[in-house]
Amino acid sequence: MTNKEWEELEKTYEEWEKRVKDLPQCTLPLFKTLSDIPLKIVYTPLDIKDFDYLRDLGLPGEYPFTRGIRETMYRGRFWTMRQFSGFGTAEDTNKRFKFLLSHGETGLSVAFDYPTLLGKDSDDPMAKGEVGVCGVAISSLRDMEILFDGIPLDEVSTSMTINGPAAVIWAFYLITGEKQGVPFHKLRGTIQNDILKEYIAQKSYIFPPEPSLRIIVDIMEFASKEVPKWNTISISGYHIREAGSTAVQELAFTLMDGFTYVEEGIKRGLDVDTFAPRLSFFFNSHLDFFEEIAKFRAARRIWAREMKNRYGAKKKESLLLRFHTQTAGCSLTAQQPENNIVRTAYEALAAVLGGTQSLHTNSMDEAWALPTEKAVLIALRTQQILAYEIGVTNVIDPLGGSYYVEYLTSKLEEEAYRYFEKIEKMGGMVAAIKAGFPQREIAEAAYRYQKELEEKKRIIVGVNEFVLENEKIEIPLLKIDPEVEKRQVERLQNLRKERDNIVCERRLKELKMAAKSRENIMYPILECARAYCTLGEIIGALKEVFGEYREEAFF
Amino acid sequence: MTIKEYLKKFEEKDERILAKIITMVEEEYKESEEILRYINKKIGKAYRIGITGPQGSGKSTLIAKLTKRLLNRYKEIGIIACDPSSPFSYGALLGDRIRMNELFLEKGVFIRSMATRGSLNGLAYKTKEVADILDAFGKEIIIIETIGVGQVEVEISNLVDTTVVVFVPESGDGIQILKAGLTEIGDIFVINKSDRIGADILFYELKNLIEISYQNSKWKPPIILTQAVNNYGIEELEKEIVNHYNYLVENNLLEEKREKAIIRELVNNFEKEILKILWQNEKVRKSFAEVSKEVLEKKLTIEEGIKKLIREVKYDQ
Amino acid sequence: MEKKKIKILIAKPGLDGHDRGAKVVARGLRDAGFEVIYTGLHQTPEMIVNTAIQEDVDVIGLSILSGAHMTIFPEVLRLLKEKGATNIHLFGGGIIPDEDKEKLYQLGVGKLFDPGTKISEIVEYLNNLFKEK
Ligand SMILES: Nc1nc2c(ncn2[C@@H]2O[C@H](COP(=O)(O)OP(=O)(O)O)[C@@H](O)[C@H]2O)c(=O)[nH]1
Ligand SMILES: [Mg+2]
Repeated sequence: MTNKEWEELEKTYEEWEKRVKDLPQCTLPLFKTLSDIPLKIVYTPLDIKDFDYLRDLGLPGEYPFTRGIRETMYRGRFWTMRQFSGFGTAEDTNKRFKFLLSHGETGLSVAFDYPTLLGKDSDDPMAKGEVGVCGVAISSLRDMEILFDGIPLDEVSTSMTINGPAAVIWAFYLITGEKQGVPFHKLRGTIQNDILKEYIAQKSYIFPPEPSLRIIVDIMEFASKEVPKWNTISISGYHIREAGSTAVQELAFTLMDGFTYVEEGIKRGLDVDTFAPRLSFFFNSHLDFFEEIAKFRAARRIWAREMKNRYGAKKKESLLLRFHTQTAGCSLTAQQPENNIVRTAYEALAAVLGGTQSLHTNSMDEAWALPTEKAVLIALRTQQILAYEIGVTNVIDPLGGSYYVEYLTSKLEEEAYRYFEKIEKMGGMVAAIKAGFPQREIAEAAYRYQKELEEKKRIIVGVNEFVLENEKIEIPLLKIDPEVEKRQVERLQNLRKERDNIVCERRLKELKMAAKSRENIMYPILECARAYCTLGEIIGALKEVFGEYREEAFF
Repeated sequence: MTIKEYLKKFEEKDERILAKIITMVEEEYKESEEILRYINKKIGKAYRIGITGPQGSGKSTLIAKLTKRLLNRYKEIGIIACDPSSPFSYGALLGDRIRMNELFLEKGVFIRSMATRGSLNGLAYKTKEVADILDAFGKEIIIIETIGVGQVEVEISNLVDTTVVVFVPESGDGIQILKAGLTEIGDIFVINKSDRIGADILFYELKNLIEISYQNSKWKPPIILTQAVNNYGIEELEKEIVNHYNYLVENNLLEEKREKAIIRELVNNFEKEILKILWQNEKVRKSFAEVSKEVLEKKLTIEEGIKKLIREVKYDQ
Repeated sequence: MEKKKIKILIAKPGLDGHDRGAKVVARGLRDAGFEVIYTGLHQTPEMIVNTAIQEDVDVIGLSILSGAHMTIFPEVLRLLKEKGATNIHLFGGGIIPDEDKEKLYQLGVGKLFDPGTKISEIVEYLNNLFKEK
């Protein structure tokens, strides 16, 4: 636009604004995004004055990838519809996997129970009452073999939500493949392996940050040589968001975690282009529709820019922010649970408009229980309707160029950089975590959100407005048979008797030696796994060398 | 249960009763007087250590680590952790304990959190009484943590035998510290978080300040660099506490110090009570009203007003 | 004897790390005038009861989302009884199915709040508890 045209627009807008300012606005008390960004009533070119198409957006599959990481996006292929599942024993989950595969799902995703997530065996005293409850219990290679019995591992890609003990669980998986006759380099999948967000949000850490990062770099190095198709880290904002963060915080802390892993890899002497293409992301898709879309777009742009300019990545694949999305568990309500189907559908739409590579849609009862088969099916159908029926997949980044969406994208980016600066001043993410900075920011945001709900500044349908009189909130009984724990413990104890314990001890000793040295720890862990050392034993040996992290609460 | 039964169980070292008795005193139940009378004769055996310093300087963490060490030599340790009450809601989030997780299952360690409930000296109102109760219960060491809002918290030094003042590299320059008034009360100085930059500079600044402040004192307070989270420097802290104890004992200062503190407490409370009585006096209140009017009307200066009031109060006696 | 201040222990047992709710509640109760102690993650029933006794709290609130409620609530109750501290009121919050809730109520557990409960409801519940006494 010429200067004169700008002036004219400005004048017209100002006049309009004056006229509109005093008209009553009463639909919602709070005109702000979930990240507390105040919103105007309408957006115009004036709000994106220095917008530069090629610099800020480019074309799909081209730098800075704001519009999407692939040239053809969903015309080329849909996102992967991946539903998280796992409960009870390995046998139970194995059955569920086969059910999902037969219904057209294209990837498997494993949820582990809490003892496993913390690197504890099912017979650990702290595990009592939690074995197989929120996911599947995997204490040794034996359990992993059962989990994938009859599922050819060269034909599926498997995503495993595991962090603190990721190296060990991954080793169990690799050997399971090996035993099926599938070599390492043919295995495809993802381990979450994002320890930084554990300290920040989800709290299933085991070791202190420094040794944890060393293990992660060991994994990246090992994978780039031996398991090249494996995604070694899924840098996750999902849990940060679930812990109560805003979209801006999710974006900033997650990317900052990502930069930290990249820096650690470079420090080890790895070429950034050997490991960066195997890094992927995992975001939350929450209720604030446009803010979520803007978040995904901003994330791609920031990542590409920083990888290129700051870390000197040369390969295109290193610049791409590929991500999985899960709709927000924390947005589900126990009240009128069917409403959750609708919420999830909108959140899923935001993820698709944001250009996600894979998606998990929550089942309506997911926040309270392991979903029933019917609920799981509706959730999967939600994705299929999005993909096949409503036409959103025909055109790439259809909201690109919207004044509002472009404004928000830049705004989120700006706010994220503000956090980057703060964290860098504190000495980087690890220092910031130790000082409790991200933890405190999240706790603050969570508390603010709760207060806004209680003061009815924000409305959640069925919870603080449009409440059904006398609704009986039914949380379906999560029936995990107590037998599960018993059977699992029995199996473990049999294993301890049957295996060659002398070999086990030798392997664990070698592992400790390797941990003390600078050797890549994956090799001795694989040897431990082969000898049927248990998860708890392997982690225990590493704890002796690395120590344990203790969390403190930040308010 | 009657109070007698309570005290009997207290005698039998029932931890739950100890906790109850502390509540009774903290909440000023009517039994409080009897309890305090009962324990009065039993106090004086425990050694008391105070830990003060800015909020977030690592006091609670330091106490956790120090206690762990002390457990090698002592079986019975009591900890009182003060935290501020919210001036708005009068509620409190008592957050010290969370840093002491590692002590939760240690037999012999008793931790009590106390909210200030409006007290302004960095301690909860009944901190001294609760320390006395722990002492009477048989705790050998009692550690008291102040809230540490960065204000002058000199009161703690009257309550304990050894006062440890904690600084961190972020505490700012020497002038700030001087202003905070903390250099006069410390028997031991700790620079915690010495893993952070600025610890050396602070060390030398503090050293200079202390040399001046303690010129005429026989005890020269040591400065210790610690990293509480990494359990570093705690051994030295323990050693210096023992040194200070020995110094007090060898110079017959321990009793003197404690007696002085008791007299101070007596004076303080006496003055507070006197003031109360004074203000309850009808005549005094009336004269005050008259004088303040005259002062406001500029008939009297403030000094003259005070003189007049004193004359009337004295006359009244 | 009327207590001036109600003291509450908010505890997070179990292996999960979902402390968002526990922290928000702890802060909310502070802002409602209670004295609140929060002791962090992964607390065993023994640690919880020890703390409750030393601090002489009036109430313990447990936040459990890991599904281990049927193990943890009864164990805390048992320990409270064993140590003679049955006067301490035990309540909780988390994902607890109705059928389990019933069983826990029968054991003597106080109210169990669902996720998404307003803090003001919890405050009201606690205030009523102490009005009755
Ligand atoms: N970097 C560092 N942090 C520490 C050290 N000691 C304690 N901290 C941290 O400082 C914060 C405040 O500690 P806390 O003990 O609660 O301090 P208090 O408020 O003085 O009781 C916590 O996050 C501790 O982990 C230390 O030596 N170095
Ligand atoms: Mg403290």
